[in-house]
Amino acid sequence: MSQPKTIVEKIWDQHVVHEEEGKPNLLYIDLHLIHEVTSPQAFEGLRMSGRKVRRPDRTFATMDHNVPTIHRNVIKDAVSKKQMETLEANCEEFGVRLADINHPDQGIVHVIGPELGLTQPGKTIVCGDSHTSTHGAFGALAFGIGTSEVEHVLATQSLWQSRPKTLQIKVDGLLGTGVTAKDLILAIIGKYGVRFGTGYVIEYTGEAVRNLSMEERMTVCNMSIEAGARAGLISPDATTVDYLKGKRYVPEGEAFDEVAEEWLALASDEGAEYDQTLSIHADEIEPQVTWGTNPAQCVPVGGRVPDPKEADNDRDGIERAIEYMGLEPNQSIESIPVEHVFIGSCTNSRLSDLRKAAEIVRGGRVHEGVRALVVPGSKSVKDAAEAEGLDTIFITAGFEWREAGCSMCLAMNDDIVPPGERCASTSNRNFEGRQGNGARTHLVSPEMAAAAALEGHFVDVRKYAITVGG
Amino acid sequence: MEPIKQHKGLVYPLDRENVDTDQIIPKQFLKRIERQGFGQFLFYNWRFYDDGTPREDFSLNDSKYDGASILVGGENFGCGSSREHAPWAIQDYGFRVVIAPSFADIFYNNCFKNGILPIQLPKTVVDQLMEKASKEKYEVEVDLERQVIFDGSDIEVFFDIQSYHKEMLLNGWDEIAVTLTYEDKIDQYEKQNKGVKTLGIS
Ligand code: SF4
Repeated sequence: MSQPKTIVEKIWDQHVVHEEEGKPNLLYIDLHLIHEVTSPQAFEGLRMSGRKVRRPDRTFATMDHNVPTIHRNVIKDAVSKKQMETLEANCEEFGVRLADINHPDQGIVHVIGPELGLTQPGKTIVCGDSHTSTHGAFGALAFGIGTSEVEHVLATQSLWQSRPKTLQIKVDGLLGTGVTAKDLILAIIGKYGVRFGTGYVIEYTGEAVRNLSMEERMTVCNMSIEAGARAGLISPDATTVDYLKGKRYVPEGEAFDEVAEEWLALASDEGAEYDQTLSIHADEIEPQVTWGTNPAQCVPVGGRVPDPKEADNDRDGIERAIEYMGLEPNQSIESIPVEHVFIGSCTNSRLSDLRKAAEIVRGGRVHEGVRALVVPGSKSVKDAAEAEGLDTIFITAGFEWREAGCSMCLAMNDDIVPPGERCASTSNRNFEGRQGNGARTHLVSPEMAAAAALEGHFVDVRKYAITVGG
Repeated sequence: MEPIKQHKGLVYPLDRENVDTDQIIPKQFLKRIERQGFGQFLFYNWRFYDDGTPREDFSLNDSKYDGASILVGGENFGCGSSREHAPWAIQDYGFRVVIAPSFADIFYNNCFKNGILPIQLPKTVVDQLMEKASKEKYEVEVDLERQVIFDGSDIEVFFDIQSYHKEMLLNGWDEIAVTLTYEDKIDQYEKQNKGVKTLGIS
């Protein structure tokens, strides 16, 4: 038998267009996803040099970052409006398919790709967006690029890329009840930090990963970039194939069986070698809450805000984070009150996320003084949730039920956390000012966010005697 | 793109780790559809109060650093969002070189497309540069051809850079034009369809 290979090596070898000593490889790109924020200058570049989009049939655009999630067609901000109109005009001019604001396929780019079956195992996928790593959940090699690279892919359907190093993260054991995929990835980043993945593609392996649903896998791969890795992926298996069956852009019947076989063959071979391997035990993971201003600054919900005086390194950074967050050293996490709750974003806005949050919310009431928002990841997630009555559960409890978009994950539209106020958020970045200038973000799972909404502060979701997670 | 061969300039030290692109250019400025004019918004939330007046507690507002063109940062510089608005803002403000002990991958790549030279140096050297620049007006010179950076007194260090990136900056290449010389290879690849049957969207 030939040398065992990792999935990354297999996908890479299949996509090298040109190889030459002293240069990166010219890598073919199968799927290019586009949104309104990082594309206008790329299209403008094409126009200025008289170039065309090489493969409009491998390019797909949507609007997500700027879109209002209430009063859909009232875009007060003229600059946002201009950006959306620009995307529309560009897609029209260059023949690129667009799911615009009123289109049934509209949604966050990393939610709709998988939903439509555009995302498939073995594909190279890029988007001018760092959370493109999400698509790795399917065993695709998917990574974020800058706007110049967007222009490059539009013009050439390829990119100059150096072969990445591979990092295996092996997750043994199983996640406990009430412990979610979000807690898993936060715990990994909490343990190893925000830069251990730089220069690597992460492959998540192990029993706990195999047991995750596709939507949970997307949550994990989504946050690979928060560990510094441009891409994170999971070898395809029966779960992957089952999810994709019947999706719009996936073949049907015999052709599906054929392609499914090719997908499964991409999985990393037994004995394949990685440049590095790290491991973590799922059984030891508890529900996580971030206390600081980067995703590694997290602790289990039963824990406390750290004391900078006792820190081994980056004391200044920790001190600055605690100050920005308006917390005290050694303060217990459960004592932190929240004023806003945001359930949404490309990390946690899919149907299963909303279902799990609704389980916690059912029959309860949003705590006084808390403003709670649910923003489905796509129009189709919204429709599906409404079909099973999830909207009623949320609305009855006092949540706002919104239209699909990025919303309060980065607050480019009107969904903003005011300065100094605190938000329990299911998104992926707790950077300073991310949800609004001066806003304080705590990253949590949808279940933990829902529980915080009801109680007005963080609580251990495991005290709710129902089955969640797993 | 403007080529860069040698560059001599004033150093601005930003002694923070994990400076993310949300800080380099906050989201409220990402709505613009132009490529120019982002320098005024660089580090906006750190540099200005809500009413737009400069914060005296942020070092870039210190007149000592007026005209700085070499930015020295901490570990993992440029992490987070892929927004190329970050290097656009850095370049438009007047920086041509960014030095740090480590960079986030996407930011690092984006620099080369915009005529910015990112230089990775050992932390001990970066700390030295930081210290000197925080005390007084401090200039260093960068020679990309020889891959060295020196200050004319006690610092002279070699830095690593991929030859592809080096050539790109030295020549100020339009990368797309370079790639299009390989167009026949791309055509050929598409005909062979080496990969798993990756389907188009139509
Ligand atoms: S939901 Fe947030 S992280 Fe995801 S693509 Fe939108 S802005 Fe980016």
